[in-house]
Amino acid sequence: MRTLIAACASAALCLGAGTGAAEGQKLVIEGQEMVTRAPAPDWHPLTEVISGWEFRDPATQALQMDDFENPAMIFVDQAREMWSTPDGAAGKSCESCHGAVEDSMKGVRAVMPKFNEEAGTLWSLEDYINNCRTARMQAEPWKWSGSEMTAMTALITLQSRGMPVAVRIDGPYQSWWEKGREIYYTRYGQLELACANCHEDHYGQMIRADRLSQGQINGFPTYRLKNAKLNSIHNRFYGCIRDTRGVPFAEGSDEFKALELYVASRGLGLSIEGPAVRN
Amino acid sequence: MRLARNLAFGLVAALGAGVAQAAEIVPGDVVFRDGAVETPLTDQPGDPARGREVFSQRSQGNCIACHAVSSLSDVPWHGEIGPPLDGVAERWSEAELRGIVANAKIMFPDSMMPSFYKVTGFIRPGDGFTAKPAKEIKPLLTAQQIEDVVAFLKTLK
Repeated sequence: MRTLIAACASAALCLGAGTGAAEGQKLVIEGQEMVTRAPAPDWHPLTEVISGWEFRDPATQALQMDDFENPAMIFVDQAREMWSTPDGAAGKSCESCHGAVEDSMKGVRAVMPKFNEEAGTLWSLEDYINNCRTARMQAEPWKWSGSEMTAMTALITLQSRGMPVAVRIDGPYQSWWEKGREIYYTRYGQLELACANCHEDHYGQMIRADRLSQGQINGFPTYRLKNAKLNSIHNRFYGCIRDTRGVPFAEGSDEFKALELYVASRGLGLSIEGPAVRN
Repeated sequence: MRLARNLAFGLVAALGAGVAQAAEIVPGDVVFRDGAVETPLTDQPGDPARGREVFSQRSQGNCIACHAVSSLSDVPWHGEIGPPLDGVAERWSEAELRGIVANAKIMFPDSMMPSFYKVTGFIRPGDGFTAKPAKEIKPLLTAQQIEDVVAFLKTLK
């Protein structure tokens, strides 16, 4: 038994437990095939990166395969309205500067979080949106995980759907990436759980009624059946650390931006799937 | 009548005091030897029926979230994270079981298993699942709950 535990400490060997998905099942959305398995980069602790879609049951998987069935699309439609509706003292909408979202926002999600040279710091997509709102539109910033923000990030993410995750980890990103890695392996809370305990060492296995995934974020913002709304990346991080009986970092904090970069990089090569559907 | 009431009150008070004074080893005083804990944490013997509840219930130990046990087939969803515990009493002594339940990381430093009888050394500990900082950290299980779980595990032969 001890040998078995030791063997499972190396996640690659635990893959034998399977992902819970029918082997060879493809995620095709509106005729476009997503990459749900990709070889991991050299530095990666795993040999293969796998989308969270593969770990879900067939009914949940099916919801994401048809945009008419995907409940997230209601919010995307709301964001389309917001995109072209002026807000704030400057009387501008997103469209006033950016034109058609399909053109201007293509590829944006795939490189998030992105270093902002002017601000000299790492920004998440939410930071870029709120900077537009306050500096250019002279409107109130949105709450990080509020319904307007998650709808807008879903609309913008959709414009990168099918493109590979392409975050950078070199240059000015490196220290953020290292900070994110440190957080990923820190065992927080009274339950002393690190991201890696579940999502690196035990993915594919059941923890009570939940099948653990690799914790990839290529499907965010994600519509969760559990709370019937769109969920931001940072809100998911918050929930995970809270569930360790720990005190999470704040949404929008430098810690969660660093973690976002690191976790995004662990999914390099997977397709952007957002807005995805999960449990 | 009044005398009877006073007597009854005295009896209840005495019982209460008796419970409070039951010998209980606090988390910081538990002695581990090679990960095992020889001395029971309370002087009240463990109850396997109560231990079964602690093991199965989400609000208590929720051990079943990670460990499968055939004799708990009435309880839904057995986890796959830790080793299945059928026959665990054949593989480990009572002292070893007590040590693993109290703080598995003494025997297995890299174990994912939470330390159920420990109150220090945490990073950003919260007040339960509230996301607020913990004011006072209580062990995840009481000394008696640990003994009850150990008694339940001893039935798995």
